[in-house]
Amino acid sequence: MTTTNEDKIVITILGADKVGIVAKITAILAECNVNIEDIKQSIMQNLFVMFMLAKTGEKSVPFNELKDKLNKAAEEMKMEIWVQKKAIFDKMHTI
Amino acid sequence: MNFFNEDSILETINMIRIHNLDIRTVTLALSLRDCMDTDVKCVGEKIHEKITRYAQYLKKYADDIGTEYSIPIVNKRVAVTPISIVGESCKKPDYVYLAKILDKAADEVGIDFIGGFGALVEKGMTKGDLLLMSSIPEALAGTKKVCSSINLASSKAGINMDAVNKMAEIIKLSANYTAKQDGIGAAKLVCFCNAPGDNPFMAGAFHGFGEPECALNIGVSGPGVVRAAVESLPKETPLGEVANKIKQIAYKITSTGELIGHELADKLGIPFGIIDLSLAPTPAVGDSVAGIFKAMGLEHAGAHGTTAALAMLNDAVKKGGIMASSHVGGLSGAFIPVSEDAEMIDAAANGHLTFDKLEAMTCVCSVGLDMIAIPGNTPNDTIAGIIADEMAIGMINKKTTAVRIIPVPNKDVGDNAVYGGLLGEAPIMAVNKLSSTDFVQRGGRIPAPIHSLNN
Repeated sequence: MTTTNEDKIVITILGADKVGIVAKITAILAECNVNIEDIKQSIMQNLFVMFMLAKTGEKSVPFNELKDKLNKAAEEMKMEIWVQKKAIFDKMHTI
Repeated sequence: MNFFNEDSILETINMIRIHNLDIRTVTLALSLRDCMDTDVKCVGEKIHEKITRYAQYLKKYADDIGTEYSIPIVNKRVAVTPISIVGESCKKPDYVYLAKILDKAADEVGIDFIGGFGALVEKGMTKGDLLLMSSIPEALAGTKKVCSSINLASSKAGINMDAVNKMAEIIKLSANYTAKQDGIGAAKLVCFCNAPGDNPFMAGAFHGFGEPECALNIGVSGPGVVRAAVESLPKETPLGEVANKIKQIAYKITSTGELIGHELADKLGIPFGIIDLSLAPTPAVGDSVAGIFKAMGLEHAGAHGTTAALAMLNDAVKKGGIMASSHVGGLSGAFIPVSEDAEMIDAAANGHLTFDKLEAMTCVCSVGLDMIAIPGNTPNDTIAGIIADEMAIGMINKKTTAVRIIPVPNKDVGDNAVYGGLLGEAPIMAVNKLSSTDFVQRGGRIPAPIHSLNN
């Protein structure tokens, strides 16, 4: 199956740095059959920020379910999380 | 494309989380011309069946897409063929009944507003038009989601002063019928010059002539995003560069709207109509068009220079938007409603922003006199004069202009009208006390202007 932009999602996590953020998020993605394609993380204005580019497929759980799980995990870690289809960034920032 | 740029991702997220970027409305425009019948009950049944069939998934799909992109889609709406035309086919038209059918259908499909309870009377009124106009106060008082718009003038037909007089009376009655809610009926009623038939925003959305069977029109907003972008520039940045910055932001906002609009239209199985990038403020802190004037360097909305700032803003928004979509339409530009914009409310309450200045600003904004509360005892002929002035601005300048004013029952200058939600609140503004009666009561039509010798 060819990969389209529709399959790609960007997960952004913001908050105070702590142990286990990546582990927790990646565990959920694995459990939901979502493949991670790229990870970048940095400290911006004293805030931990992690970006993940991931790809959903036929075997992945529905988007809403994935988002709910990630939201719940972020809430437990007191982090802010954004789960968005990647197309919004492509469309907004390219001509 | 494998675009994965952290700065761009954060910029988008901050536009949404800090600066209130949202899809203000997804509006399903729907023709009801095939719902005509000689029996008004049959018309009602056909209207109800068609709206609930076409719009049944509008809210669900819009909510799903909003979740997928984490961008709020604030309003889901339906705009229909001007009801005067649909109801005119009946032997015994009952427009209040049809308004209630629209409201019921809107309620059942879970949308926020339904527009199109209106008529186009710039050159004259048919029997159906007159009946519909007379039924507006009762229709708006007896429904929650129905919005009404009447086109009273155009650059090609001139101004129908008989209709202007009629609507002045109807505005007053609509406010009086809803006196306990500070005349909210009049907040759901707008008079237009050169009304666009593809506008997704309320109260003026309707499905115009020359439009397809149905289409999805989308309205995007984001005054907070524009304000933040202007504020990010050094104070001494020349205005040309400020305009460029606004264009870039307008491009980004419109692109997002285009993406959402196409995706939702595909999902609904209907054609994508237009995208309308209108900086529509909300009472939320920072989500203000007047805030953009401050960011540009004016002390407050209403200062000398405000009209120039608005002209530049309105034009730059259109230019940026045009670049991002093949089908920009509707009203596209900057709205200047008073009650819906915290900074405009503040400027009006402190006397910086007067009715006359607002009228001047409507020469260059994308709509007109919007959500302005005036004393409840303002004479009908004065309201007619206000409408006529605004129609004249639109007619001569070949632009859309509109009047949505609320003569707030039992309130006067110094009082406040409170509506809540997106409609906000407004200080009652003073209007000129001189009489317009002998002028407006001449009636008839103000002829269409010459379209050459422009000066």
